[in-house]
Amino acid sequence: MGHPLRGVAAISGLGMTPMGRIYKSANELAADAVRDAIADAGLKKDDIDGLLINPGITGFTGGGINLGLQNYLGMADLRLLNHMNGAGSTAAQMVQYATMAINAGMAKHVVCVFADTPLKDGSRTGAAYGGANRLPPRPKGMAGLAPAAGFFGPNTQYALATSRHMALYGTTHDQLGAIAVAQRQWATQNPQAQMREPITLEDYHNSRWIVEPLHLLDCCLVSNGAIAVVVSPADIAKDMAQPPVYIKGMGQGHPGDFSRAGSDWETETGAKIAAKTAFSMAGAGPDDISSCQLYDCYTYTVLVTLEDYGFCKKGEGGPFVEDGKLGPGGSLPTNTGGGELSAYYMWGMTPLSEAVIQGRGHGGERQAKNDLILCTGNGGSLSYHAALILSPHRN
Amino acid sequence: MTEATTAPKPIPEPDETSEPFWKATLEGKLLLMKCSDCGGFRLPSRQHCDRCLSAKFEWTPASGRGTVRSFGRMHQVYHPAFAEEVPYTLAIVELEEGPRLPTNIVDLDGREVRVDMPVELTWERHEDVALPKFRSRD
Ligand SMILES: [Zn+2]
Repeated sequence: MGHPLRGVAAISGLGMTPMGRIYKSANELAADAVRDAIADAGLKKDDIDGLLINPGITGFTGGGINLGLQNYLGMADLRLLNHMNGAGSTAAQMVQYATMAINAGMAKHVVCVFADTPLKDGSRTGAAYGGANRLPPRPKGMAGLAPAAGFFGPNTQYALATSRHMALYGTTHDQLGAIAVAQRQWATQNPQAQMREPITLEDYHNSRWIVEPLHLLDCCLVSNGAIAVVVSPADIAKDMAQPPVYIKGMGQGHPGDFSRAGSDWETETGAKIAAKTAFSMAGAGPDDISSCQLYDCYTYTVLVTLEDYGFCKKGEGGPFVEDGKLGPGGSLPTNTGGGELSAYYMWGMTPLSEAVIQGRGHGGERQAKNDLILCTGNGGSLSYHAALILSPHRN
Repeated sequence: MTEATTAPKPIPEPDETSEPFWKATLEGKLLLMKCSDCGGFRLPSRQHCDRCLSAKFEWTPASGRGTVRSFGRMHQVYHPAFAEEVPYTLAIVELEEGPRLPTNIVDLDGREVRVDMPVELTWERHEDVALPKFRSRD
């Protein structure tokens, strides 16, 4: 017998706003996405009895969506409601908790929504993420050691992780660049992508340093926008407006604090833990995966995630991606909408939205082979991880 | 106050749990909290041991030796006080006792730093605290 949660729920609706320098409030963007997701599912607002809410960086910097979104949306008498925070792993987590609630009979149609507005008119792209403008003149206590040494934002932590992988395993910029180039190739086929100009490996090498060893083209975009999905019982979803995308496997893995003594956070991530749970629930392994939609805040995140899901051995991610197998026409289509590097940065909703598009067979010219899709979310400094295994086939 | 042309660096300000640590920095000592129950070292300062959750500890001097866990070179100016310094070398140093410190390697260009290279403590003195920095030890 299969796992009792395998295939009990499906993603039945998807709503996406335009993404980039879109200057609306987070509530307004969320409402646009939720309205479109409900309509896409062929439902009415009153059919929704669950709402899970995830702000992005504006959940920390101010102006992010929170529990008040229920009231902005005018949703009354919900049976399930929460404001969730697992950083970049939240999108996949919301679908997991929705699936469990549906299976338990606690809700029927659950909306999971992400919205973020880090870009302000006239602001620098990276301003919200660097965090330096929110520092007091004298940061309190030992937490002040990092900014005093010039450590700012996630770029720093991911540069350190990448640097260690390069030192331990000989991973090269050509290999990281192959990921950036492949994803941009996919983005040229995605009308919703922010960056659609093709790039070469030379462009990658010539892009400026952010924090060595990270070039600009190793780092994801920053976007305003919102994405919502509807999760419904599989028995109902099969007769709804859109082809259902079934949830076959789910898992999480959270190594936590990257400063802890003895931690190998740089090169061994929560994906290793999540992979076991998710693959076992789906009754599948890496060889069964037809496409990957992986959280790609940096090129390195893709590389280490592929290793931790067992697509190749630890340390061999560089040679594994170097031949272009992640790009169009390759043997392991990955981040087929361009991902966070080239399409849009909606945290875990970037891989999830593309997984739904692909799972429905709605990828158009970028449609990849469509059987089992691995969709992952990663947050913090490789601190939090959640995974979904999705499929157009229930069994 | 006259307008400063560059903002001052964000120098840490001692708080209740970190006061002994910062006081010792002025005497050139790097103190770590050592768990009185399991012997584990903890950093940054926190009330509970992250191995056994004991709240008992003693401030214990570290050897000041360690290795580079990882490093990078910052090119982006996030804070105006660092505008003149980019690119500068960032490093996580793993102390012999286990804990890891975000710091800088002061005697080497970023491209000369290596993962796992041995380093030793040196101090950058400020008015009421000193900051632990590291230099190569070969
Ligand atoms: Zn202890």
